[in-house]
Amino acid sequence: MQGYYHSVTLDADKCMGCTNCIKRCPTEAIRVRDGKAYIIAERCIDCGECIRVCPYHAKIAVTDPLDAIYDYKYKIALPAPTLYGQFKDLTSIDSVLHGLKLLGFDDVFEVARGADFATEFTKYQIKHTNPKRPIISSSCPAVVRLVQVRFPELISNLADVQSPMEIAAQIAKDNFSREHGVDIEEIGAFFITPCAAKATSIRNPLGTERSSVDGSISILDIYGPLSLVMNKADNSCVTTSLRKSTLKGVGWANSGGEGSSLDIDSYLSVDGIPNVIKVLEEIENGKLSDLDFFEGLACVGGCVGGPLVFENNFVAQNRLRKLISKIEDSEPIAHEEFKMALEKYDWKFNKEILPKPIMRLDDDISSAIKKMEELERIYADLPGLDCGSCGSPSCRALAEDIVRGYTTEFDCIIKLREKIRNLAREFGELSDNLPTGIDRSDTGGLKHED
Amino acid sequence: MTVESNEYIGMIHSYEIEAGNFTKAGEAASSIKRLLRQLGVDANVIRRVSIAAYEAEMNMVIHSIGGNIQIEISPKAIVFKAVDEGPGIEDVNLAMEEGFSTAKEWARELGFGAGMGLPNIKRCSDEFHIQSEVGQGTYLEAKFIL
Ligand code: SF4
Ligand code: SF4
Repeated sequence: MQGYYHSVTLDADKCMGCTNCIKRCPTEAIRVRDGKAYIIAERCIDCGECIRVCPYHAKIAVTDPLDAIYDYKYKIALPAPTLYGQFKDLTSIDSVLHGLKLLGFDDVFEVARGADFATEFTKYQIKHTNPKRPIISSSCPAVVRLVQVRFPELISNLADVQSPMEIAAQIAKDNFSREHGVDIEEIGAFFITPCAAKATSIRNPLGTERSSVDGSISILDIYGPLSLVMNKADNSCVTTSLRKSTLKGVGWANSGGEGSSLDIDSYLSVDGIPNVIKVLEEIENGKLSDLDFFEGLACVGGCVGGPLVFENNFVAQNRLRKLISKIEDSEPIAHEEFKMALEKYDWKFNKEILPKPIMRLDDDISSAIKKMEELERIYADLPGLDCGSCGSPSCRALAEDIVRGYTTEFDCIIKLREKIRNLAREFGELSDNLPTGIDRSDTGGLKHED
Repeated sequence: MTVESNEYIGMIHSYEIEAGNFTKAGEAASSIKRLLRQLGVDANVIRRVSIAAYEAEMNMVIHSIGGNIQIEISPKAIVFKAVDEGPGIEDVNLAMEEGFSTAKEWARELGFGAGMGLPNIKRCSDEFHIQSEVGQGTYLEAKFIL
């Protein structure tokens, strides 16, 4: 297996070791050691929380530069619907799509259209395979990874559907190759992304062996160049329309978009990772037994709140809502078209999503029990302030790090101070106890030579 | 060698449960879940234990005057115990029937008291035992084989 690639990484030069990020990480993946943060790769779910909270912008999400598209002879842009919410007074999605073509892409295929197919496929599965309830949406990869790490018992509830991004890439490449008679290997499909977790999924796919997407370009990076060409694009839109997505597909950018397009009564849409965690706990406790579908999105507001967007998430959410109410809807996916897609594609996961038991102390339960006892002994002895100065997110996490052999209790500054105080006392006692024959401090110091 | 294998390995955790305290309700079940996960217990077992623990904790918060929850973990089994100090269940057999509930109106409004608690715990566990005396309290034990 290849190493863990993550889009979210540390820019060590900028990191001040302030420990602001360590408590915000939902999987306790960050430690500060020797004055710099580092991310424990196996634990990180690429949710982007640390990017948002770092005051020095030392946490970044790595995506490809715009130039990367020239590695391919033919280039397709896969814009996330979130992109449409970035522009003020947008009246037509086509001006964004044509703008992308002016930036060098040969074709554009909307991820919102991929979402339309994902919706149809999910409905189809609900009808024909009767999946375990509540079905947990698998469209936010940060939430899927969260389930792998913190809620492994819920893996069997995950919707067995590939992401709109993957679906879009597959259809876009096939269509382009067929229409232009070119080899699929010559086509590069690039996701225009608000999302670090999806950028990670391209290199480290979830539920599939290999991603059909070839790279990702962040909305932040493309926003400037795209705004510059968009008014030029306005003229070309009149002649041809590139847009195919329905308004429901566009709505996936906002929290609730997926749930509401499924036409089921009992669904719940929750955004923001702490809120998602709360609901997953309730599901785990068996408390939401009458729920059919749970849409959990890591970012506040949904993908509009992704770590790589330009516009404030609330503003973007509102713009999208306005856009959706203003423009006309497109034709939904026709029955025939969906049937043909079903014959051609298998949008179920083709690689099992496995638990990531990174919290476990040992593979052998007897050893784990012993380690747990030691952990508790150490924890009971720590001050319990959860101050984070040691570089671990809480006293309990430090105890865990000690048991795992990563560090010692003297990372705790309170413990260290205690130790120094005890040492100082010992020093004092030792110096008081010097043999009287030598100690002449009262009469003017040591005079051995006398 | 024999000394090693005869050594007792296991741990016990217990949690105090306050009657009527809904801000804390569910915390014991969550801690138990975290503990089992760190010990590397099988996901399926964790799910069953957490449902049982959560139901028992909620029962205690809603119906009892307070008590104690305890979890005992060894490499072979997990034993979960819930002991409260009253008021006790009048007819245990009836309480074990699905849909039976004596939950008060306020608890029902919060979505509890569908009468699934005890049968649910029994369904989740490998061995189940309950004993109750009005005026004395209730003792519940659920065992999960590893
Ligand atoms: S991206 Fe999320 S999971 Fe990864 S280190 Fe940052 S806060 Fe933790
Ligand atoms: S909510 Fe959207 S942008 Fe945020 S992590 Fe999930 S998929 Fe990515």
